[in-house]
Amino acid sequence: MIPLAHYLILSGILFSIGLAGVLVRKNILVVFMCLEMMLTAANVALVAFSRAQGTAGVPVYDAQVLSLFITGIAAAEVAIGLALIVAMFRARRTVESTALNTLKD
Amino acid sequence: MNMMHNLPWLFLLLPLVVAAIDWLCFSRHPRLAATLSLLSAAGTFGLCVAYLTGALQTDMPDIYTWMPCSVEQLNLHLGLVMDPLAMRMMLVVTGIGLLVHFFSLGYMKGDTSNHSRYFAGLSIFMFSMSTIVLADNLAMTFIGWEMVGFSSYLLIGHWFDKASAADAAKKAFISNRVGDFGFLLGILLTLGLFGTMNFADMDGKAAGIAPAVLTVTIVCLFCGAIGKSAQFPLHVWLPDAMEGPTPVSALIHAATMVAAGVYMLVRLQVSMGTEAFTETACTIIASVGAITAVIAAIMAVQQDDIKRVLAYSTLSQLGYMVMAVGLLAGEAAMFHLYTHAWFKALLFLGAGAIIVCCHHEQDIWKMGGLCKRMPLTVLCFMMGTCALIAIPGFSGFFSKEAILDAALAKNPVFFWVGAGVAALTTFYMLRLCIVAFMGSARAHGAEHAKEASFTMALPLLVLAVMAIISGYGFIANDLVPFNGFHAHGFALGLPFYVSMGSLAVGILLALAIYGFGGRSKDPLAGNCISKALRNRLYIDALYDKVLIGGLQQVFAHVVEFLDRFIIRGIICQGLVWICYHIGKFLSWIQCGSLRAYTLISGIGLIILILLCQF
Repeated sequence: MIPLAHYLILSGILFSIGLAGVLVRKNILVVFMCLEMMLTAANVALVAFSRAQGTAGVPVYDAQVLSLFITGIAAAEVAIGLALIVAMFRARRTVESTALNTLKD
Repeated sequence: MNMMHNLPWLFLLLPLVVAAIDWLCFSRHPRLAATLSLLSAAGTFGLCVAYLTGALQTDMPDIYTWMPCSVEQLNLHLGLVMDPLAMRMMLVVTGIGLLVHFFSLGYMKGDTSNHSRYFAGLSIFMFSMSTIVLADNLAMTFIGWEMVGFSSYLLIGHWFDKASAADAAKKAFISNRVGDFGFLLGILLTLGLFGTMNFADMDGKAAGIAPAVLTVTIVCLFCGAIGKSAQFPLHVWLPDAMEGPTPVSALIHAATMVAAGVYMLVRLQVSMGTEAFTETACTIIASVGAITAVIAAIMAVQQDDIKRVLAYSTLSQLGYMVMAVGLLAGEAAMFHLYTHAWFKALLFLGAGAIIVCCHHEQDIWKMGGLCKRMPLTVLCFMMGTCALIAIPGFSGFFSKEAILDAALAKNPVFFWVGAGVAALTTFYMLRLCIVAFMGSARAHGAEHAKEASFTMALPLLVLAVMAIISGYGFIANDLVPFNGFHAHGFALGLPFYVSMGSLAVGILLALAIYGFGGRSKDPLAGNCISKALRNRLYIDALYDKVLIGGLQQVFAHVVEFLDRFIIRGIICQGLVWICYHIGKFLSWIQCGSLRAYTLISGIGLIILILLCQF
């Protein structure tokens, strides 16, 4: 059986890649995908914990249900986020995050 | 409960309530407002006559404590004093007030300004003047004192859209404030020295006080009279006050308010006793009065405005009264105040009628020949003139004689000053009469003058009768005896001969210079003396230059420095500078970069987690 630590390391790597993408990329579409990746990292950690906490091969289902909710909410979020990005593209003809500085100037 | 003894409070409440109603409710109904004011004046006059003739008994009305204080002496009482001195003065105030209200109906007829405001002003003046006259303590006198200043301000500035009227109102108010400041000091000194402000309790307390302190107190109190009665250093406001409507000039600036200073001094003399008026104080008071009488009479000689001639003559007569007070002849001063009020009101109202009938022409050189066109008005005016120049048999003669008698007995210098002023008075009044009434009309307005209307003629007739009879003993003694003083009887003697001499000199000079009205311009005009007199001896100009141009400018510079550098520079602009730079410093956080925001909130989140952990 694969130990818990391996799952957590995978989750950490996924989260870090996502965070780095959010911080360094300019394209909002990519930033958005990286955000999704961070959520996935959280899901991986949750499922791993649910297995590790289980007794006699039966996992704790609470955590797995929670991860299903996260997936659902993430889907709703994608719907809104993509709609916003499309609207932004229509208004600005660009999806670069650096272009969003009208208020500052 | 019998409230009859509180009836005198109506003297104050009636005009006050009417003024409020006029102003607040009837500002769009001038006729109603005028009627109401007239009724209130008639009511107070009736009340006054009822008390004087004994139809109503003068019980002591209740005293109200307005502002209680833990120290008994400092309680602020409102009480009325109903002695003969006050009632005599009330007769003048309400009687002339009533006639002036009546006259105003005719005078203001063609005027387009707000009549409700005018009549409300008259009513509030009646209230304030009655407060001064009936006050039983100095604090209440002071309240009335300020109130008459205020109502005088309102009425002088009645035509406030005329710049000269607005300026004159301001000038009157500010000059009075100067005197009032001294008066206030005097009241406080009196409170400190006598331990009371009540007139009734002052008697005999002057004995133990050092004369020097007493002198200062009296002179401070006299400052109030200098302002209100327009005595020499502060006399400048009275001629300018003629910018107000003429009935107002008659009521306030000739008969009643300007006499308040004299009344107050006499009231103090009666209540403190004459020993409180030290020799130095008396000399100061009498000298100021004499100086005023002389310079005002001289300036009157070269005035062309009919109202200004009368204004200077009022100044000069007030100087007479103050001089009499300074000579400790309070009864003579009050007697002259009493007769002067009637005939001066007559002269002013007559002048008002003439001005209206000549289509608002005030220059006597543009009148002429009026005795043919408005004989009744001119006749009444002449009665007033005869009383003013003290022709034997008219009221002014008796009172002037009383003052000259007193002056001769105390100090012959003042006697001769008084005689000289009498000659000047005769001269300038005859000049006015000859130029305005005789000869032929010199301008369009005078050619078409018609006799005054009924509402204007009736008060003139009443006043003309009073101008003749008010000096005789049977009026002056019996109707209005005054605390043991009696109007002077008349006796042949030096004062009589001297005043007849000055009368003759005045008449002859006036006839010699102005003839019988044939001249069309003043033969005395054109030289430097005449110019100086027309410019009021440059006293007003001096005040303008020294006080306004000099002192006030220096003060203005200091204030401007404070304003510009301390308040605007350090406080206002300093605050702005601090806010601006704090804002500028903080604005780099709002860099507009999405990634930076994310980074900062990420770091913040981590810090938060760490803080929760430990």
